[in-house]
Amino acid sequence: MLDVTNPNYVLMVEGLTVSFDGFKAVNDLSFYVEPNECRVIIGPNGAGKTTVLDLICGRTKATSGNVAFKGQDLLKMREDQIVHAGVGRKFQTPSVYEDLSVFANLELSFPKGHGVFGALFFKRDAEVRERIQEIAEMIFLGDQLTQKAAFLSHGQKQWLEIGMLLIQDPELLMLDEPVAGMSVAERKKTAELLNRIIADRSVIVIEHDMGFVADIATRVTVLHQGKVLSEGSMDHVQNDPKVVEVYLGH
Amino acid sequence: MNTTSFKQSFLTPRDMIGYALLAAVIFVIFPLLLEPFRLNLFGKYLTYAFVAVGLVLCWGVGGILSLGQGVFFGLGGYCMAMFLKLEASSPENTAIQSTPGIPDFMDWNQLSALPWWWEPFSSFGFTLFAVIAVPVAFSYIIGVAMFRRRVGGVYFAIITQAIAAILTILIIGQQGFTGGVNGITDLRTLHGWDIRTDSAKTLLYFVNGTLLFAVLLAAQFVRRSKLGRLLIAMRDQEDRVRFSGYDVANFKIFVFCLGAAFAAIGGAMFTLQVGFMSPSFVGIVPSIEMVIFAAVGGRLSILGAVWGTLLVNWAKTTLSESFPELWLLGLGALFIAVVMAFPNGLAGVWAEQVEPRLMKLLRRDSKAAAQTTPAE
Ligand SMILES: Nc1ncnc2c1ncn2[C@@H]1O[C@H](COP(=O)(O)OP(=O)(O)OP(=O)(O)O)[C@@H](O)[C@H]1O
Ligand SMILES: [Mg+2]
Repeated sequence: MLDVTNPNYVLMVEGLTVSFDGFKAVNDLSFYVEPNECRVIIGPNGAGKTTVLDLICGRTKATSGNVAFKGQDLLKMREDQIVHAGVGRKFQTPSVYEDLSVFANLELSFPKGHGVFGALFFKRDAEVRERIQEIAEMIFLGDQLTQKAAFLSHGQKQWLEIGMLLIQDPELLMLDEPVAGMSVAERKKTAELLNRIIADRSVIVIEHDMGFVADIATRVTVLHQGKVLSEGSMDHVQNDPKVVEVYLGH
Repeated sequence: MNTTSFKQSFLTPRDMIGYALLAAVIFVIFPLLLEPFRLNLFGKYLTYAFVAVGLVLCWGVGGILSLGQGVFFGLGGYCMAMFLKLEASSPENTAIQSTPGIPDFMDWNQLSALPWWWEPFSSFGFTLFAVIAVPVAFSYIIGVAMFRRRVGGVYFAIITQAIAAILTILIIGQQGFTGGVNGITDLRTLHGWDIRTDSAKTLLYFVNGTLLFAVLLAAQFVRRSKLGRLLIAMRDQEDRVRFSGYDVANFKIFVFCLGAAFAAIGGAMFTLQVGFMSPSFVGIVPSIEMVIFAAVGGRLSILGAVWGTLLVNWAKTTLSESFPELWLLGLGALFIAVVMAFPNGLAGVWAEQVEPRLMKLLRRDSKAAAQTTPAE
């Protein structure tokens, strides 16, 4: 049985399994994330990377296994409770509210007024406005606050979604392919941004771009067919013959 | 950048022009131009606008399409009708019945006592409470059952439609308790005040208009609140909202109940102004018509819902007086035309065609810089 009170890890995933009609997209997976660690998960398409994040944040129900976050059993919690516990998650396809302004996108993520009446009587007070401004500048959108999110570029939408997570100040931030579809210049800026963000929290990033991975990773976990194929430093993983065969060799 | 520019405003100058215009039409122009019979007719149309405004919030803003709003309109209307019917069925008025003192349709159906659940409706205070509470409680139960299970979209629409059909059948089938297919008719007085006279109808028209404005402003408040923006967010990216820490179901339940409350007020005012309530306002057809009112007005626009309701009903009355058989076809064609050509309905036409010109005129006149509102 998992000792959920072990203080050395922010996140402990043990024996995690999910079966979709018999197909095990994630199969007896275990890994541990330390405070202030930036863990990158890589692996071929369909390896189960996104599914792992879905399981941790409660979007998909696990078939078996354990997920503990700071001593709390996430598998027993509702999605919004998991968020309030301090887990933030960015989706693979940028998910922003296209019909709303950048400001409103960030406002809806501000960690206050989450109940029905809290939301109805929520005030955009100075604290809220300043925090939104601060985050917007961090994600390079400081002068786009009144812009409708629909009019942002693909890369800017990715940043906006990252900003929506930052404003919640989560202890564990999970990013699914944050630089997908970005230009080289945007990637560089994003790497800078992530390096600043990860300073005081744990982060799990899914990414295919190996240059980007090398830029940010503390440790790398390689996933293949729902299982851990290899785990360790970037160097270790890159030189692991199994990894080269199924993933990097292509 | 000056962050104070992001203060929320409840009514922008543009909104105020819209509200002032509607108020002028409802409270001044209609009463001046229309004879009492027509005014009462427009008062009846305006009771549907309560439903359409609720649909703007639920469907236009929140993406929750209910094809059963007639249920809540009807429940509100029936609650009011029960009170008025009891008053009309005093023992003196019903002395010729085998059981005097109960509504006539009960007597015809061989009931010999008032059913227990009719009793509280002899109190006007209880009735006013029930007009809102019964539909809201019912919508709450539906909302919890559906939204907690994450039933949404087309499935939700179909289920609400089924509920409308079932309730209609139930009302018609239980005619001893409900008046059946004819509904509850022959309503006369409210605390002795005869509601059938022209002067009463005119007064009720103004009460109705005032209540409608209260509902419009309540809807406006919701729309301009963070909750209003959350509804839009949920409509477009439900998962993103959920994973930003909101219990999405609660917000859907809230807006669905609010829409039901609005519809119920409309239903009660319908009963008062028209003098009866029947299952033909509960079922599938009226429920769909109400969605069309909102669509024609522009499903995102609170004021548009009122204009859409007025326009479609006026067209319906005019057309079905001359070509009754064409009306349903016309309504269908109108709906398709709106969806294809004017997805934002009348409000869209107003915002894109009329308002820019109006603003230019105003600016020239008074140099009052028209404030452009940023996207929300
Ligand atoms: N809800 C589901 N029902 C059935 N199968 C699913 C479901 N979710 C994921 N899968 C399957 O599980 C496997 C893993 O999918 P997942 O999206 O986790 O892969 P991934 O590693 O994120 O891939 P990519 O790099 O393409 O994003 C895939 O074969 C996918 O089809
Ligand atoms: Mg994926």
